[in-house]
Amino acid sequence: MSAKTIVEKNFDFSCPAPLPAKDTILLGHGSGGKLSAELIRDIFLPAFQNPVLARLDDQAIVNVNGQRLAITTDSFVVKPLFFPGGDIGSLAVHGSVNDLAMGGATPLFLSAAFIIEEGFSIDELRRVVNSLRRAAAEAGVQVVTGDTKVVEKGKGDGLFINTTGIGLVPEGVDLSADRARPGDKVLLSGSIGDHGIAILAQREGLEFETQIQSDSAALHTLVADMLGVTSNVTPDMRCMRDPTRGGVSSTLNEIAERSRVGIELDESSLPIHEQVRGACELLGLDPLYVANEGKLIAIVAPEAADAVLQAMRRHPLGAEAQIIGSVKKENPGLVTMRTPFGTTRIVDMLAGDQLPRIC
Amino acid sequence: MKYLDEYRDHRIARALAAEIVQSTTRPWVLMEICGGQTHTIMRYGIDELLPREIELVHGPGCPVCVTPLETVDKAIALAMRREVTLVSYGDMLRVPGSRSDLFRAKALGADVRIAYSPIDAVKIAAANPDRKVVFLAIGFETTAPANAMAAWQARYKGISNFSMLVSHVLVPPAIRALMVSQTNRVQGFIAPGHVCTVMGCKEYEDLVRDFRVPIVVGGFEPVDILEAVLMLICQLEARQLGAGEARLENQYVRSVSYQGNLPAQQLVEEVFEIADQKWRGIGSIPRSGLRLRQEYAAFDANRVFDLGEITVDEPADCISAQVLQGLKKPPDCPAFGIRCTPENPLGAPMVSTEGACAAYYHYRRHTAAS
Amino acid sequence: MCLAIPGKILDIQELGEMRVARVQFGGIVRQVSMDFVPEAGLGDYVMVHVGFAISRVDAFEAERTYKLLEEMGALEAELPPAEP
Repeated sequence: MSAKTIVEKNFDFSCPAPLPAKDTILLGHGSGGKLSAELIRDIFLPAFQNPVLARLDDQAIVNVNGQRLAITTDSFVVKPLFFPGGDIGSLAVHGSVNDLAMGGATPLFLSAAFIIEEGFSIDELRRVVNSLRRAAAEAGVQVVTGDTKVVEKGKGDGLFINTTGIGLVPEGVDLSADRARPGDKVLLSGSIGDHGIAILAQREGLEFETQIQSDSAALHTLVADMLGVTSNVTPDMRCMRDPTRGGVSSTLNEIAERSRVGIELDESSLPIHEQVRGACELLGLDPLYVANEGKLIAIVAPEAADAVLQAMRRHPLGAEAQIIGSVKKENPGLVTMRTPFGTTRIVDMLAGDQLPRIC
Repeated sequence: MKYLDEYRDHRIARALAAEIVQSTTRPWVLMEICGGQTHTIMRYGIDELLPREIELVHGPGCPVCVTPLETVDKAIALAMRREVTLVSYGDMLRVPGSRSDLFRAKALGADVRIAYSPIDAVKIAAANPDRKVVFLAIGFETTAPANAMAAWQARYKGISNFSMLVSHVLVPPAIRALMVSQTNRVQGFIAPGHVCTVMGCKEYEDLVRDFRVPIVVGGFEPVDILEAVLMLICQLEARQLGAGEARLENQYVRSVSYQGNLPAQQLVEEVFEIADQKWRGIGSIPRSGLRLRQEYAAFDANRVFDLGEITVDEPADCISAQVLQGLKKPPDCPAFGIRCTPENPLGAPMVSTEGACAAYYHYRRHTAAS
Repeated sequence: MCLAIPGKILDIQELGEMRVARVQFGGIVRQVSMDFVPEAGLGDYVMVHVGFAISRVDAFEAERTYKLLEEMGALEAELPPAEP
């Protein structure tokens, strides 16, 4: 085996070649990959310079009169609005509840703002709102304030929803993407790719006969169980993230980058449902890049990993939980994967959207 | 998944790798022609399993990579027309043209849609009679029958608002051009298994005869590639000892027959004819492409629309020509990973996930090229 | 290039002048055009590229050649692990 040397990731995004400087927003800027990260780095972070934002976690944790309050905001632009396993309403609740939960917070209150396109069906709106109500009730959160705007026909793609959530973070819980350390284990709560493929199948009219269901779900009770299993919560639980847009790959790449560590995955341990696998094989998609809306990744100290895994498996949303990899000192900022052949490859950060391919 | 998982079995892969190591006594340069095979090699790290004596170079088997700049520019120009709906395979959306790409065109308001199958494009045309639907029909021989069927159906059903912008490339002429080139170092080829599924093996037999080079028709899973490599090595090592002539072998027996798929070939013959074709990064190769026959002129976007003559040059930084010919590896390129990344590709092999540059970048850049 | 994957034919029907099958890939089923592989029937596996079957998987050949590979694999598994 030849000796390997490491090449430093060295990006210079200014391109002297045929394409003009990027001066317009592309769809790829919203897909949770490199383009999104660029936008945040170049436009938003410099504008709102403060240490809380700079952490770039799924939620912001601020101190108010001695209490640690978690705040998050999320906008939902999913098409189609209704899909197997959920709709934009339930997604709007789960998305913000989960972002709070990833900070260890108990979600308490949500706001819900609707931007509705002129001509949108009131029946459909009622359906969405009912779904949102049900999801909030199941999650134990109250929608306490909201807003409604209507835009002209042609300017709104049907319906957009923004939810902002607040919750309280218990003592001793400190979950952040910069806390991963070499030796830590990477835990995944269940099968990957379900949501993204369910959406794609519906949207592109792919007519898969067996309906693939989105995994959209509120994860805070799973998180509570995981945090409750160890008395050493602060040192043991390093970080939690839900791998939404950009999939498991984007989430792990972000953690590797923020913590300046390498992460190595074991390909054979990744839980993937047969249907998702079949769809991905057919379209040439990699499940590591497909969105999930009811799964979480946890970085856990090695001595606590097994106990946390067992706790996850006892919860309905964590029944298929697996340890999928570990944190390493080598290749900081990079996520790699050990194939069943014993060889290694990079699990790269996606640039924009993953596209189905024929090649 | 049957006929897939078995060919990813790691014990068999390791056994084949061990056999290859045992059988290799000297350096050999092999080329896998197809981008899908490159993808597999990079993704599973197959080159890591091979002895250092074997050098795998990646051939021009990526139709996305070799689609001429002019075609991409024409597609973008058409997409920008208000009355046009441009339908394309997903692979093509990020391929850079001279000034833009289809994704950016979409961002600027062009009606660009992705199709998994060319029939989807025909359906879009049928459902939207007020739109001019143009399908960007690219591919190798594997995709030609499907693209042919789209044209055939449109004609049969009189879907007059449908047309195709065709850029089809044929593999054997490209291999020939490679083999006669002064700089060729390749001693054995893994032929593209799905191209041969459609076209059969005869053309590759001719290549073996004309150039006395071993060719093995290979599949796309790791076990397929390793088995094909083993078969090539056995031939090469045997010839070294003076035993045997170069010959064509078929590793991908579960899908490839000698004659190929006759109904598919017949339809391609009926709809398309052979033409000279420009390959991005390589240049024009005579009789290496397909164009729609005269009877299908009404469905040929080149003839339906006035596109003028667009000729363009490649950017100086991009060495895709040499990469596509297997002369250089992506990490050899000074722009690789620095000025040329998947977000800002200088050339097509960095955009298409089948392209050698993208494959290297995504899967293997953490190791330096030796 | 040429992403084609194997799937199992669940049923076939004539739709006008076209022959179309429901093909199963792992856990999903999709409609596939059978125009280029008229000889394939129920239960057969076909290689599918962009919605078209392009070949019928030769089960006999696959079985025959795979047996040899399996034997290689079994043998290898019995040996001590190779040096990295």
